[in-house]
Amino acid sequence: MSENNEHNTEKEIDKLTGVETTGHEWDGLKELNNPLPRWWLWVFYACCLWAFGYFIVYPAWPVIGGATKGTSGYTQYKELRASQDEIIKLQREYLDRFEKASFEEILQDPALYAFANAGGASAFKDNCATCHGTGAQGGLGYPNLNDDDWLWGGHVDEIYTTILHGIRSGDIDGHVSQMPAFGKEKILTSHEINEVVDYVLALSGNDHKGSNDHKGSDDISMMPGQKTFKQNCASCHGADGKGDKQFGAPNLTDAIWLYGGDHHDVYKTVYNARSGVMPAWKTRLDDNTIRQLTVYLHELGGGQVDEIETDHAMEGDVAIPSVEEAAEMVAETVIDAVEPQTVEEDIPVEEIGDEQ
Amino acid sequence: MSSDAQDLKLFEKQKRIYPKRVKGRYRNLKWIAMIVCLSIYYLVPFIRWDRGPNAPDQAILIDLVRGRAYWFWFEIWPQEVYILTGILICAAVGLFFVTSLFGRVWCGYLCFQTVWTDLFVWVERIIQGDRTKRKKLREGPWTFEKLYKLVITHFIWLVIAWCTAGSFVLYFNDAPTLVHSFLMLDVSPVVLGFVGGLTFMTYMMAGFAREQVCTFMCPYARFQSAMFDKDTLIISYDVDRGEPRGKHKKGADWTDLGDCIDCTACVQVCPTGIDIREGLQMECIACGLCADACDEIMDKVGLERGLIGYNTEARMDAARQGRSEPFHIWRPRTFYYASVLCLIGGLMLHTLLTRSPLEIAVLHDRNPLFVQLSDGDIRNAYSMKVLNKTHEHRHYKLSVDGLDHSDIQIKTAGQTTKEDIYVEADSVKQYRLLVRSSLPKQEPREIKFKLTDIETGYEASNTTMFISQHP
Repeated sequence: MSENNEHNTEKEIDKLTGVETTGHEWDGLKELNNPLPRWWLWVFYACCLWAFGYFIVYPAWPVIGGATKGTSGYTQYKELRASQDEIIKLQREYLDRFEKASFEEILQDPALYAFANAGGASAFKDNCATCHGTGAQGGLGYPNLNDDDWLWGGHVDEIYTTILHGIRSGDIDGHVSQMPAFGKEKILTSHEINEVVDYVLALSGNDHKGSNDHKGSDDISMMPGQKTFKQNCASCHGADGKGDKQFGAPNLTDAIWLYGGDHHDVYKTVYNARSGVMPAWKTRLDDNTIRQLTVYLHELGGGQVDEIETDHAMEGDVAIPSVEEAAEMVAETVIDAVEPQTVEEDIPVEEIGDEQ
Repeated sequence: MSSDAQDLKLFEKQKRIYPKRVKGRYRNLKWIAMIVCLSIYYLVPFIRWDRGPNAPDQAILIDLVRGRAYWFWFEIWPQEVYILTGILICAAVGLFFVTSLFGRVWCGYLCFQTVWTDLFVWVERIIQGDRTKRKKLREGPWTFEKLYKLVITHFIWLVIAWCTAGSFVLYFNDAPTLVHSFLMLDVSPVVLGFVGGLTFMTYMMAGFAREQVCTFMCPYARFQSAMFDKDTLIISYDVDRGEPRGKHKKGADWTDLGDCIDCTACVQVCPTGIDIREGLQMECIACGLCADACDEIMDKVGLERGLIGYNTEARMDAARQGRSEPFHIWRPRTFYYASVLCLIGGLMLHTLLTRSPLEIAVLHDRNPLFVQLSDGDIRNAYSMKVLNKTHEHRHYKLSVDGLDHSDIQIKTAGQTTKEDIYVEADSVKQYRLLVRSSLPKQEPREIKFKLTDIETGYEASNTTMFISQHP
C-alpha cells in the first residue's frame, strides 16, 4: 500500500464525481474522500469524555476481588434497597389503617380490601403455594381453599385462627384431633371397613360398588355399614355424616374428598386414618401478613359470612343426635392422638394394599 | 503512514452560512407558514374545551400520569394507542404524498428545523445586520460592539428556545396551571428537566447546527429521493436560458451570453449554502428563496422572471424539445399515496367516531380452572375489567348468556350485586366474578358476559369459557 501511495504524491480527483480520492485502492476500486463534518468528530470526543467521567463516577473496571467502586458509590443493591424503602413508605399509609381495621371493616373498604388481597396473594405464593398450589387449588391431602368446604371453619376469624396456630402443629392453641386408624389399630375388621365405606359413599350419593357385599339398595338405612358408622364414626362426623368443624371432621355427604372419593381411597383413609399437618404461621409471619392472607383466602370464593354462617350451622346442628356421647368419644380420641407413637407408626400408603 | 495521507482532509469545518435577506412571494409564503406554525404551537395549549366536570378542559392534552390523550372531540386511552400508530402512518404517507407532488416543500416551509432556524436567522439579522455585516462582525476582531451584539443575539435565542421548551411541556399538563406554577417558581424537577433539555436542543439546533441537521442528521432528507419522479416539483435553474452565464453591464450587448448574470444572489440567500445552478442537490430544501432572489435581479435587468423556479423534470425536458408540458398531478404514485392516506385516515376516523363508551374484558382464572363445590356444583372464577370511558359515573348490570341455572357472585369490597355495578367516570374497575352452575360436567362451553348500562341501555360483551372438567 505504501508503494501505491508513493505514486500518488498529488491529489487525485475522481473523474466521475469530481471528488478527491483517499488514494486507497482495492482491486481497482478507489475510495472517495467525502469529509465528515468536524462536529461529528467533536461528538465522538465528547462521548469519550463522557465515558471517562463514567469510569470515575460509576463502578466500571474489573479488578481482583471485584471492581472499581466509583465516586458515587452506586450499586444496584443500594438502588433496590432505596426503591424498597420507598415502597414500604407507600405501604405504611395503608398498613397503619389496615392494622387498626377489623376484618369486617377491611371487607367493606375498597382500598383496604385491594391492599389485603394484593398482599395476601403475594404472601400466599411465597409461603402457602408449596402445599396448597399457586392457585390455592390444593391437591390430594392438601385442601382446595377456593371451595366452600372448610374443615376448621370458613369464617374470617376461623381462617385467621387456623393460619395463626396451624393444624397438629404442636402449637398450644393449634387445632388438634386424630381419627383412629380403624384397620391398623384392629378396631374394625376389613369386612366392617368395607361395609362402612360403602355406607359413607352412599351418604354422599357417590358410586359405591367397591364392595361385593352391597346389594345395590337405594335405602341407605338398610345398609350393613350403618351400624358400624353410628358406633365408630358418628361421634365426630355426626350421625348424618355432615362432619363437625370443632373436631375438623370433614363433611362426608358432600362432593369434596380431600384424600380421594372412590372406594379404595376411602378404605385407605378408614384403615390408616388421616392427619394432615399445617405449621403455625405466627412463628414465621407477622400479624399483618397473616391478616392479609386471611382476607385473601376468605375472598377466594369459599369464605363464609356471618349471617349465612349461623343459619347453616343451626340447620346442621339439629341433625346431630347425642352431643354428650360424641364429646366423650372425641376426648378419648384426642388423647390417643397426642401420644406421639400413634402418629409415628403410620403405615406408608403403599403398604396398605398388601394388608387388604 | 506516508505524508500525503496527512494532507487528506477527513473532517471538514462547518462553513458558516450568512443567508442574505430576500423579498418575494416564496419568502412571503415562508413568513406566513412560520407565523401560522408558531402560533399553533405556542397558543394551542391554551384553547379550552368543555368536557364536563370529570375530564380536563384543555383542547389538546396528553395526560401521561392518567394515561389519556385528548384532541378536541376525541379522546384515547392507552389501549387505543393504535390510533397513535395510525396518526404516525398518516403523517408519513401524507409526507410521501406531498413530496411526490411538490418535492421537499415540507422541508422548505413547515419543518420545525426550518421554521425555528428561520426565526433565529431573523433575530440574528435584526441585531447584527444583513449578510455582509454579520460576516464582518463574526470574522472581525473582538470589540465592544461585537460582544454586546452577540450577547443580545444569544440571549434572545435562549429566550425563544426556553419558550419553545416551555410550550412543549404545556401539551402534557394543564396549561394555565403550569404557567402559574412557572410564575410562582414552583415546578417539578421532571418538568424542569424537560424544559432544560429542550431549551438546550432548540438553542443548539436552530442557533448552531441549522443546515447540518438537514444534511447530516435528517433521515427524511436522505430517503425522499425515492419519492421523486420526473413530475415532482423541484427547484430548478433553467440551464438553456441561463448559460453561458457572465457579468452584464446595463445597456451592453447580450450576444453570446445567457440570462444568468452570475450575480450569485441565489447563492447568497440560500439557507443551506448551495449553488442551485449546479443542479438539484441533496442539501436543497426547496424553500424557493433563490427563485425570489433571482426574480428580483431579473426585474432589475429587465428580463423575464423564472430563470430559477419551481419546475418539473418532465416540463424542462419538454421545453428543451420545444414542447410545453402540463403539470401531472395524478400519477400512479400520487394515486397510491392518496389512496393509502384516505384508507388509513378513514379507518381511524371510523374507529374514533364509533368508539365505544363502555368495554369489558373478562379473563378466566388459569389456576384453578374450576372449583368443585360441596353440593356438586361447579364454580369458575373470572377477573372482569370494566372500562367506563364516559365522563359520568355509571351503573351497570351484568348477565351471562349460554349458561342456564347459573349464579353470578361479584367479589369486591362491600356488597355489589350483578344488578348494580358502579363504575366511576373515566375509570377502570376490576372485579372478581364467581359463576356457579349445576350443569353436569362437560366439555368447556362458550359463555358470554353482557354488561348493560342501566341508564342508556348500551351493551358491551365478552365471550369466554365455562370449564367443568379437566381436559
